[in-house]
Amino acid sequence: MNPTDNHYPEGQSFRNSLNSRYRVASIWQALFFSALLIAMLSLAALLYNVVDGAFGYVAYEYKNDPAEFSAKPLDDLNKQELLDILKANLSDGAYNKLNNEQAMEKRSKSDLYTLVLERLIQIDTKQTWSMTASIFDANEVKAEAAKKYPEAKLEFRSWLTPIFLTTPMSSKAEFAGVRTAILGSLWMVGIAILFALPIGTGAAIYLQEYATKNFLNRIIQTNINNLAGVPSIVYGMLGLAIFVRALEPFTSGSIFGITDSNGRTILSAGLTMGILVLPLIIINGQEAIKAVPDSLRQAAYGIGATRWQTIWHHVLPNALPGILTGSILAVSRAIGETAPLIVVGASTFISLDPEGPFSKFTALPIQIYQWTTRAQTEFHSIAASAIIVLLVLLLTLNAAAVIIRNRVQRKY
Amino acid sequence: MQINETPQYSIETKDLSIFYGTFKAVSNVSMLIEKQKVTAIIGPSGCGKSTLLRSINRMNDFVPNCHVTGELLMRGQNLYGSNIDPVEVRRSIGMVFQKPNPFPKSIYENIAWGARINGFKGNMDELVEQSLRSAALWEEVKDVLKKSAYELSGGQQQRLCIARTIAIQPDIILMDEPASALDPISTLRIEELMQELKKNYTIIIVTHNMQQAARVSDYTAMMMLDKEGSRSGTVIEFSETKKIFTNPKDKRTEDYVTGRFG
Amino acid sequence: MKQENTTLENKNFRPLDLKKKLRPGESVIQSLLFMSGILSIFITVAIVYELGKEALLFFTTPGVTLTKFFTTTQWSPGIGLFGIWPLVTSTLITSAIAIFVSLPLGLSAALFLSEYASPKARATLKPILEVLAGIPTVVYGYFALLFMTPLLQSIFGDAVQVYNMLSAGIVMGIMILPLISSMSEDALSAVPRSLREGAYAMGATKFETSIQVVLPASLSGVGAALIIGISRAVGETMIVAVAAGSGPNFTFNPFKAAETMTGHIARISGGDLSYNSIDYNSLFAVALMLFLVTLVLNLVSQVIVERFREKYE
Ligand SMILES: Nc1ncnc2c1ncn2[C@@H]1O[C@H](COP(=O)(O)OP(=O)(O)O)[C@@H](O)[C@H]1O
Ligand SMILES: [Mg+2]
Repeated sequence: MNPTDNHYPEGQSFRNSLNSRYRVASIWQALFFSALLIAMLSLAALLYNVVDGAFGYVAYEYKNDPAEFSAKPLDDLNKQELLDILKANLSDGAYNKLNNEQAMEKRSKSDLYTLVLERLIQIDTKQTWSMTASIFDANEVKAEAAKKYPEAKLEFRSWLTPIFLTTPMSSKAEFAGVRTAILGSLWMVGIAILFALPIGTGAAIYLQEYATKNFLNRIIQTNINNLAGVPSIVYGMLGLAIFVRALEPFTSGSIFGITDSNGRTILSAGLTMGILVLPLIIINGQEAIKAVPDSLRQAAYGIGATRWQTIWHHVLPNALPGILTGSILAVSRAIGETAPLIVVGASTFISLDPEGPFSKFTALPIQIYQWTTRAQTEFHSIAASAIIVLLVLLLTLNAAAVIIRNRVQRKY
Repeated sequence: MQINETPQYSIETKDLSIFYGTFKAVSNVSMLIEKQKVTAIIGPSGCGKSTLLRSINRMNDFVPNCHVTGELLMRGQNLYGSNIDPVEVRRSIGMVFQKPNPFPKSIYENIAWGARINGFKGNMDELVEQSLRSAALWEEVKDVLKKSAYELSGGQQQRLCIARTIAIQPDIILMDEPASALDPISTLRIEELMQELKKNYTIIIVTHNMQQAARVSDYTAMMMLDKEGSRSGTVIEFSETKKIFTNPKDKRTEDYVTGRFG
Repeated sequence: MKQENTTLENKNFRPLDLKKKLRPGESVIQSLLFMSGILSIFITVAIVYELGKEALLFFTTPGVTLTKFFTTTQWSPGIGLFGIWPLVTSTLITSAIAIFVSLPLGLSAALFLSEYASPKARATLKPILEVLAGIPTVVYGYFALLFMTPLLQSIFGDAVQVYNMLSAGIVMGIMILPLISSMSEDALSAVPRSLREGAYAMGATKFETSIQVVLPASLSGVGAALIIGISRAVGETMIVAVAAGSGPNFTFNPFKAAETMTGHIARISGGDLSYNSIDYNSLFAVALMLFLVTLVLNLVSQVIVERFREKYE
């Protein structure tokens, strides 16, 4: 080819082809961006979907007419009157059971009111409507309710209430709360962190500060990276085989003299979750330790510090914010994990607060799973409320992590 | 314990070679370093000055695969002997690094920490003051001892690092281009300080600055890659600084100190 | 004594003792740290051992053969049906849908973030993906069952069952999107500047550079992201447990309900399960398969990432 031959478009025609290249480029750029748009929309849809379920109209009927129990409207009764109604109408056994859980005289008026509704009048929810329908099609909802359930009362309800947070489980969606589930989650996460943080940090220190580049240490490192990718349900199976079954005498507390429990306890769940988050804590810890500059170690060694003195006095304090952030992330992970808890046998119905590591337990995500998979829509509503509780909890944790990260500005 | 001690010298190397894995970075160095004198190590970059210096207080232990052959004696004891504790070695041979590296703690703590871990039981305030005075920093920081060391200027930080080293009362102080990251005025102060310190300490300093070596040192070791094509550095000439600069024996030294090198 | 401690006078003739000191504390601590490190190996060994032991019990049960396990298409160990395929196909179908959703979206998002977005845009867009990544999977399950499924039903009509693989797969794709996107973005930004500049200097537009030069150069990194994505999809439990169906079903129709391997483990173990039953043992056989598949995927991805990193270091 003669170098002076010009096979390229020139002038206007080059400009035209360039313009069309730019057009294609901008179309693709828009397509790339739309992926993020879809991500945003999905997130928005998810959050909206949850909020949509947690508020809205409910049509419900009383199984028993309040007038059977009291001449006055229920709302006007005082505490003593409510108590009398309960005493008169509940069976002795049921009343004593309630009294044993918490002395009836000491309960608040609203507690008693709830008990009257739950035990005596008994609410029967007919249908629930989403928040959107309740707000934008309120008239249609009212018409539908009046037609389908002429006897029913229609009421706009927020399923997420302060009472929802402080009430234990109930088999009735209208009276259920997440108190036992939150306590169970906290116990479980507490044990998991107590187990995984020291060991995970120890392993991170070993790998960053002591391990030489030999075969064993490479295996350890690869293995940790792999463990981070093992499906959580496999950890559940491990927990089932080891903590629930093989170590039952320990995890059930029977060697400590606790008799009424099997291995499906908070302790088993906590240890399982601890093993699950261990690789996460190790990897985050390694990153944090790696970020401590070498000059600091050299400075310490240079004035005759031993290895551990150097680590304890200089490396760890400077890696601490990173380690803390990592453990908060691990806590978030543990709080949201569901599958391993199902496998190690979280109970789905627990109305008593967990008392210690050897209690049976339920957890927040377990309740969400349970309620979501129920057919009745009122359970979906409390599932949505529980999700909001869970997400707020996670948001708080992550905000804490961000604050810690920003507070401790890098000094070097 | 003190058999074989040659009181006049604090460090003696005998045919010392230093390897990174199979790569011989420094080969066959034999020299005697005199007590209470400043010895400078000069030479082009990459010829193994830092490697040699760091082998003296066993900082190279932290480099995987780094090992030495030959002998490195401190007052007659081979520092690489099998019964030698590297932590004890570093306690006796302090080091000041190229970039100031104070701990992210208060000025006071920077000095107190080393003393504390080495079991100092005396009056800590007094030690801090004396160390800072010896490092010519006391007047500048005596009112802000609780402040973070990171608020000091670079030159002050480097003097703090020197004070920190003095506080553990070593016999020898190693300095690896201690002024290369500093401005001329700070450099001057460090150089003055060295003259002061050599009354009590043996100082070995690495520098690539000829004038600095000429100004501060009593002895100079000239390092070079040992031959064309090789990557091993060695000491090609070692004598009084005056001689090195005025009457070098080796042609390469002459080229280097007169700037004809390269 | 006091004098000796505080003075900075010359002590050149103080006795020099460099002998090794016994530091029992240091050794104890080092062993403890080493034990923490080695524990992770024990965890892996324990997983393999426990799953393997119970799986072996399953495979040695009279009536169970490997041939039956891998060639028949009905799974119900309680009544002597040992064909793993219905669980495998539904796992593959939901995972394939998830990848079909998350790979193009994740890669596009990564391209936009690494090649086009201004630092400010990145700072606002990335947290959205991070939030998506931080949402517990049970919440995605709720979303799949109560949002995605009704949506699909309104589009495709009654053919879509209440529990179906499509809905679970799509939502799983949304869940995996941030992972694929962030790993791909890492791969894209690891491509050296010089390569881009070379393309620009030849008159390529930004788009041509990113698609024809940067993307091919980072392809193995994107491949690693894809593999990790598959591994995540195969191992994901809650979304499929809530939305894909509860009962093994040998079908290739994504509108139908079918239980995946993980979903099956979750449902059976959530019930009243007695140790030493064939049901109990069979779950471990399924879990062992799951573990081995994800292990291989994770290892392959790790090797690819390491190679890739070396190439551009
Ligand atoms: N940690 C190390 N690992 C391997 N090689 C090294 C290391 N540190 C230095 N080297 C090599 O040793 C030689 C001498 O380096 P150095 O002592 O730093 O030289 P100088 O201080 O004279 O500039 C160089 O070739 C350098 O690449
Ligand atoms: Mg150097």
